[in-house]
Amino acid sequence: MTQKILAAHAGLDTVSPGQLISAKLDVVLGNDITTPVAINEFEKAGFTSVYDRTRINIVLDHFVPNKDIKSAQQSKQCRDFANKYDILNFFDVGKMGIEHALLPEQGIVTAGDCIIGADSHTCTYGAVGAFSTGVGSTDMAAAMATGTAWFKVPEAIRVTLTGSLPQYVAGKDVILHLIGMIGVDGALYKSLEFTGPGVASLSMDDRLCICNMAIEAGGKNGIFPVDEVTRAYLDGRSQRPYTVYEADPDAVYCQEITIDLSALESTVSYPHLPENTHTAREAQKERIAIQQVVIGSCTNGRLEDMQAAYELLKGKTIAKGVRGIIIPGTMQVYKECLRRGYLEAFIDAGCIVSTPTCGPCLGGYMGILAEGERCVSTTNRNFVGRMGHTASEVYLASPAVAAASALTGYITDPASLAG
Amino acid sequence: MNAKGLVHKYPDNVDTDVIIPARYLNSQNAKELAAHCMEDIDADFVKKVQPGDVMVGGWNFGCGSSREHAPLVIKTSGVSCVIAKSFARIFYRNAINIGLPILECEAASDGIAAGDEVAVDFDTGLITNLTKGESYQAQPFPPFIQEIISAGGLLPSIRQKGG
Repeated sequence: MTQKILAAHAGLDTVSPGQLISAKLDVVLGNDITTPVAINEFEKAGFTSVYDRTRINIVLDHFVPNKDIKSAQQSKQCRDFANKYDILNFFDVGKMGIEHALLPEQGIVTAGDCIIGADSHTCTYGAVGAFSTGVGSTDMAAAMATGTAWFKVPEAIRVTLTGSLPQYVAGKDVILHLIGMIGVDGALYKSLEFTGPGVASLSMDDRLCICNMAIEAGGKNGIFPVDEVTRAYLDGRSQRPYTVYEADPDAVYCQEITIDLSALESTVSYPHLPENTHTAREAQKERIAIQQVVIGSCTNGRLEDMQAAYELLKGKTIAKGVRGIIIPGTMQVYKECLRRGYLEAFIDAGCIVSTPTCGPCLGGYMGILAEGERCVSTTNRNFVGRMGHTASEVYLASPAVAAASALTGYITDPASLAG
Repeated sequence: MNAKGLVHKYPDNVDTDVIIPARYLNSQNAKELAAHCMEDIDADFVKKVQPGDVMVGGWNFGCGSSREHAPLVIKTSGVSCVIAKSFARIFYRNAINIGLPILECEAASDGIAAGDEVAVDFDTGLITNLTKGESYQAQPFPPFIQEIISAGGLLPSIRQKGG
């Protein structure tokens, strides 16, 4: 499926793994950390125009509302560039959201697209049946000028999903389980293509979360087939007509993996690599005390994530000594949480609610950990020092596990709180 | 093109957060950022590193974020070349795009120890360990990528082609 999209955008009938191609881009993306570097490179190379002002997206999300003078300077540089070139999709405070929650929600990315973004989690958009991958700032600069990028055509791993997810188990558990199986470089340079009868049972928010963390397995991209769930999501939302590509029945895969969704349990990645997976049920036996919970990010800042947290937190109070930080991914998610009464329930439970930001996920601000502190986080990386002090620890999990753990003060399987 | 220098050795899965922690990414000043290169796993790196030194890692070097600041701070701190068993793909293309030479070579990563003096020939991919008297053969880049590197990076190569 990835190869078909790449061939179509390279103007070729077919492509094969390892082939180096130049492909036309439907969407180019950057954020407030990567875009300033791209602007510098763009200007240094002497470019004076962009290839298409309607296809370039600049989202201020990592450090906004700006945390300090330096980040304010970087945002201003993005703002000035967007104004100068009349960039249609420039998302500033008030309109912004976490980029990978925002672009699908706004219908900016759609099925059949070829997309690059100067952010590693750009692979998220494979959920809508697009080829989408993360690159660096120089690639973004070149793409803004030329509308093309070079790619090495990836081999594909087929991940066949069967069954359907049990209660409290979500897309996050699927992808953490997969990373635990194949390792943080298990899909290095490769495409993760999800298929099988289990796909139909997965919501769009689950699929976006699964593709989001393809990079944590080293993958170039993750991709789902376009089905009724995708069409229901895209119809009325997609800003452009979309193209559906299907994998050939005789497509060649370098590896085959099958996951029975029905057998999955809530999963936790221990420090300091996403591949260090354990079931939440096992983790609970260790009574791992935590000081902070973060629910949000490009991985788990969507409405279903907020709903999962709400279902567990409503009418309850989080444990003493735990700081609960909840960050809806976009203004639309934030507003819907407000309308549904989630925000009030979160605050009554003792949590704080922030406007959209990447903030604590990358140790930017809004929840930095001190030496020796532990956090259960719905974000995507638990590397050394990722959320603060090098001697702090991040445990990656779903919103349900994070909310359940906030209530007890130690890593908890939400299923154990049922009833 | 050649490089020669002393080796700084690191394990598997060196991630971009330890190469340059995100808390410093409110700056794009290469020299300012380079003062924090490798800070979270090797606080002494910036004091030890000399121009021309070589960085050697294991599997999946540069995994994590897309920040181009990562290869940039390594290059700015004076490192002439990174050798690893494998590179995370975004780090790989960022290094090429900004002109930081990198080589994939499992034998070199296994054979070279911290503090060894090594020489690298980028045209042939030959890595020589001058301390141990061993040599290792890495795959040289395909022509398409050699073109980008010899032009001095992606943007100069696009300009050369009239883009």
